[in-house]
Amino acid sequence: MMKISVKNLPELYAKIAEENSLYIPINNKGNVNFKKWEQGALVDLDRLKTVKSAKDVFFPQSQDLVNFEVNGKEIKVGEQVLPTDKQVIFGVRGCDAKSFEILDMAFLEDFGDKFYEARRENTTIITLACGRPDEACFCKVYGIDAADPKGDITTWIVDGYLYWMPNNDKGYDLTAKVKDLFALGNDDDKVEAYKTEIRSIIDKLPYSHLNLKGFDAEHLMEKFDSKKWNELSEACLGCGTCTFVCPTCQCYDIKDFKTNKGVERFRCWDSCMFSDFTKCAHGNPRTTQLQRFRQRFMHKLVYFHSNHGVYSCVGCGRCVQKCPSMLNIVKVIKALGEDNKDE
Amino acid sequence: MQKISAEMKKRASELLASGEVSRVIGWAEGDFCYDCSPATFTAENIDKLVYTDFCGANLSKYLIKESKKEGKILVFLKPCDTYSFNQLIQEHRIVRENIYVIGIPCDGKLDYDKFKFFDIEGVLGAESNGNELTVDTIYGKKTVNKEEVMLEKCLCCKGKKHMVYDELIGEEGELKESSRFSMVEKLEAMTEDERYAFWQGELSKCIRCNACRNVCPACSCENCVFDNPESNIASKANANEFEEKLFHIIRAWHVAGRCTDCGECSRVCPQNIPLHLLNRKFIKDMNTFYGEYQAGEDTETRAPLNSYKLNDREAYEFDKEGK
Repeated sequence: MMKISVKNLPELYAKIAEENSLYIPINNKGNVNFKKWEQGALVDLDRLKTVKSAKDVFFPQSQDLVNFEVNGKEIKVGEQVLPTDKQVIFGVRGCDAKSFEILDMAFLEDFGDKFYEARRENTTIITLACGRPDEACFCKVYGIDAADPKGDITTWIVDGYLYWMPNNDKGYDLTAKVKDLFALGNDDDKVEAYKTEIRSIIDKLPYSHLNLKGFDAEHLMEKFDSKKWNELSEACLGCGTCTFVCPTCQCYDIKDFKTNKGVERFRCWDSCMFSDFTKCAHGNPRTTQLQRFRQRFMHKLVYFHSNHGVYSCVGCGRCVQKCPSMLNIVKVIKALGEDNKDE
Repeated sequence: MQKISAEMKKRASELLASGEVSRVIGWAEGDFCYDCSPATFTAENIDKLVYTDFCGANLSKYLIKESKKEGKILVFLKPCDTYSFNQLIQEHRIVRENIYVIGIPCDGKLDYDKFKFFDIEGVLGAESNGNELTVDTIYGKKTVNKEEVMLEKCLCCKGKKHMVYDELIGEEGELKESSRFSMVEKLEAMTEDERYAFWQGELSKCIRCNACRNVCPACSCENCVFDNPESNIASKANANEFEEKLFHIIRAWHVAGRCTDCGECSRVCPQNIPLHLLNRKFIKDMNTFYGEYQAGEDTETRAPLNSYKLNDREAYEFDKEGK
């Protein structure tokens, strides 16, 4: 395993950024988010969670799709420009790394989404183990190991050094470009001890042993018809905070923006919590906030699981900490789960 | 706080039992000290009602929906929440006859989001002792000055006096002078370029989650112009720098004169944008131009932008300092 002193990390960032757009947690007035690195940026690898997840790097909040030039009755369809930028995303936690696999199912299975596919292909993922998991984390429930997160390269920060371990060809390619900055670290024991320590903290977290039994296709109608949705959703403001900080939320809307010369067609994140979500010619299939709220959690815990065999939640706990009304997926799991069955 | 919480529970239970009210709106306990959520209660679940240092949410807006249901509802209002309540009455958004208001005291509420500035991670519990707050975490105990982790709205507290109530728990307090315009004054003292850079930096963080709008008691339109696909300005993402500002500035204009400065917009912003500063600028300007006015102080006084007086001064009569 290779290592580099944390003090020398800015050199590593600069080296990576020579040939790639480097996305990394950057502190902006106390708020940390994945942003494109520039010389002098305030990189913050200590903050456990970025406000928004890492999904922007593959699925940006807003994406131009195509433009139409309108000249009288003539419409010229512009050429679709796919992203070609080589990207590196550094500092991805285990939960966010797992979310990429979930997004892949939505964007790449059956009909591949060209924009997502291009970015996914052009991006190298460097994950970072979670030294200090917090009370709202429940990645363990989904079988994620935050002590040894998957990715093209896995890293750990222990005692002032960043340890670096490539996991595949993409990882080795990037490693070859930056290896001069590293020293050989015969500290495998140290890293192993660190992993053990993290796992023991995670095991004791309040949400690490949530019971997901019964959240499956077989119990779909039982969950859907539960009387508890009313109580669970009554304080929901119908904002999109949970959706927009969520690493696995994948719904988008396609909109037209009128420019001086024609129309710019773009897609942007949508939220099932919004009143105009899936609004179509006949109106809206879900007219109450209860229905919208239920849709969000049924999608994550039942529908997606029925279709793909995995839950569309990675237990990052962002919704737990960010919902203005303190509603969240854990409260839903607890209320509707086997441990707390409807009479 | 525990004593007040117990008394609230007792009074709610009594009023439910006597049939005076059929439902209660308050805060329900969560899994942690910080995640109590607004909720309605009946006799069956009233034991889950709590009142803690983290009950910052203003319950007034929920009454738009709740007061139109059958039966009377009991609501617990902190002093600052009563301004929103009055404002909603004035705007005919809530049905007063269907509401029983119990005013409750408040020592200022805490902002979980600020814990990160003190490297407080893995919060398991928090206990306040006078000005000190001791937070129990997975990684040990940490003590901070309570004021440093208070909600912005509580740092500029209007006072401990309730503008409306049917019944009070605890002693009625006094109004307070606050320094709420100090940051606005700083912004005013900036050059245009500096001010532009300040707002550009803040508003570019916006992710258009609409939390500020949806929590705002003054934003009570049934269908917001930004949600209407026919309006041509509906947008779920900020297409460019202009749109980032458009949403927030239009919103600030729309609530001008009606905003009670309840501070909910800044409390809920996931990106910590100081949205209250836009509203405070409007409040400050209206105070200067038309005389002191506090929205929600009562239910009768007409707001400066909703009334016309012959001696109202015209914009050209003011110099740059607004004098």
